[in-house]
Amino acid sequence: MSLLEVNDLNISFGGLHAVHNFNISIERGDLYGLIGPNGAGKTTVFNLLTGVYSPDEGRIILDGRDITNLKPIDKNKAGIARTFQNIRLFKDLSVKDNVKVGLHNIYPYSALSAILRTPAYHKAEKQMDERAMELLEVFDLAGEADTMSSNLPYGKQRKLEIARALATNPKLLLLDEPAAGMNPNETAELMDTIRFIRENFNITILLIEHDMKLVSGICERLTVLNFGQILAKGDTKEVLSNPEVIKAYIGED
Amino acid sequence: MSFLNYLINGLSLGSIYAIIALGYTMVYGIAKMLNFAHGDFIMVGSYIIFTIVSTLGLPPGVGLLVAIILCTLLGITTEKVAYKPLRHAGSPLAVLITAIGVSYLLENVALLIFGADTKAFSSMISWSGVSLAGGRLKIQGFTLVSIIVGILILIFLQLFINKTKSGQAMLAVAEDKGAASLMGINVNKTITLTFAIGSALAAVAGALMCTAYPSLTPYTGAMPGIKAFVAAVLGGIGSIPGAMIGGLVLGVIEILGKTYISSQLSDAIVFGILIIVLLVKPTGILGKKIQEKV
Repeated sequence: MSLLEVNDLNISFGGLHAVHNFNISIERGDLYGLIGPNGAGKTTVFNLLTGVYSPDEGRIILDGRDITNLKPIDKNKAGIARTFQNIRLFKDLSVKDNVKVGLHNIYPYSALSAILRTPAYHKAEKQMDERAMELLEVFDLAGEADTMSSNLPYGKQRKLEIARALATNPKLLLLDEPAAGMNPNETAELMDTIRFIRENFNITILLIEHDMKLVSGICERLTVLNFGQILAKGDTKEVLSNPEVIKAYIGED
Repeated sequence: MSFLNYLINGLSLGSIYAIIALGYTMVYGIAKMLNFAHGDFIMVGSYIIFTIVSTLGLPPGVGLLVAIILCTLLGITTEKVAYKPLRHAGSPLAVLITAIGVSYLLENVALLIFGADTKAFSSMISWSGVSLAGGRLKIQGFTLVSIIVGILILIFLQLFINKTKSGQAMLAVAEDKGAASLMGINVNKTITLTFAIGSALAAVAGALMCTAYPSLTPYTGAMPGIKAFVAAVLGGIGSIPGAMIGGLVLGVIEILGKTYISSQLSDAIVFGILIIVLLVKPTGILGKKIQEKV
């Protein structure tokens, strides 16, 4: 059974049919790419998958469970976490605290025990601190744990967003243009990081990306969107050599 | 020595403003709304204490505890019934107007139950205070208690917000509700918790306020509520240390203004400060510039 099964997803905004009959099937452990020209509806698909929008039609099944109409928080609890195209870190929180927000539901204790500072509070906070530091180690951010997240350089902010998403312990990680604005060195490093987390966190990744080097370098399968519709899907190599895809990206001569 | 005395009295009044302002500023910071009914929560808390202490004859501590619990419940209920349904209304004005409506509702319900006559509030604090510098500097027990309570509340809130999961969730929701909910934070619960804390603080402020000015009417909360709002704006609305500083500064200015300028003009001075702050530094003392999202 695939981890994510999306059937005939549709959403319109006024007269614009932003996503039209979108289907995707992602196997456990896949590193899957969603590509397409600007405005093709890629981020809208992410917003549908994470519950920011509710689809007009269609079904989203995660790990055998219908999660189509769940709210964002419940989709997150069901096992979907994401990053954002425009970085949306909690800027006024430290690097470590950003990750700890992601750990919110993993180590539960009540607000009352926080007020009374019970042993449960101290224990959970200690575990959260340790887990947060572990995650930061993976992304080479442990040295900056107490820095304000807004003071991190751009590439590290992108990494921190991935760490925060991973903290929620997802089955499926959605990365929205993780390499946007990165220089080639940072992109190469990011590719290693993505490979590393896929192997070590036992996770499935769906990513939106424009950087073809990254896409062809790490994605095993691709779906191409154009004007809200699927233009092609399949093996990365095949899809990228598909004349239709090249035409949509580069245009006809 | 008399200046020092006035200064300490100012700090005491300022602590009360600060405790009220903390409620304003937390709710604004996290729910992005001005709860203009906040001042009336103080009045409700005071009437509860009055009923328990003066009418039922129970000790003040019991009164305060019951007032805190009931005000917390009132805050949670108000949020659920009046504000939450409007959170996604098109205009933020809708919830602001509703808050003003809640304020009138509470005042008039109090009027109905307790009548318009002024109730004499018996002091919550029996400690007579300390005498320093050979009796030249006398500080009333109440004055010291309100300053100490103010400081304790500030320390508690700082610890709660920065060192606990619920507090971190508040900060996350304050910055970006959308991203917070996508990271598994329950935004509604977090906002409810904020209202609960703000309303509990209002009950504490009510006890202190009515000890300082022991006359209770249904409109008791209105003026301190508005002044605390000025304090919150002065300190930088949304900022917790800002509310504390704003409250203290405002209290000192009010008492010194009353003493050295004119007791009739003291309110004019307070609101004049609001206008000056809005003109010169609209973000307040500790407020941050709001950056446009790109």
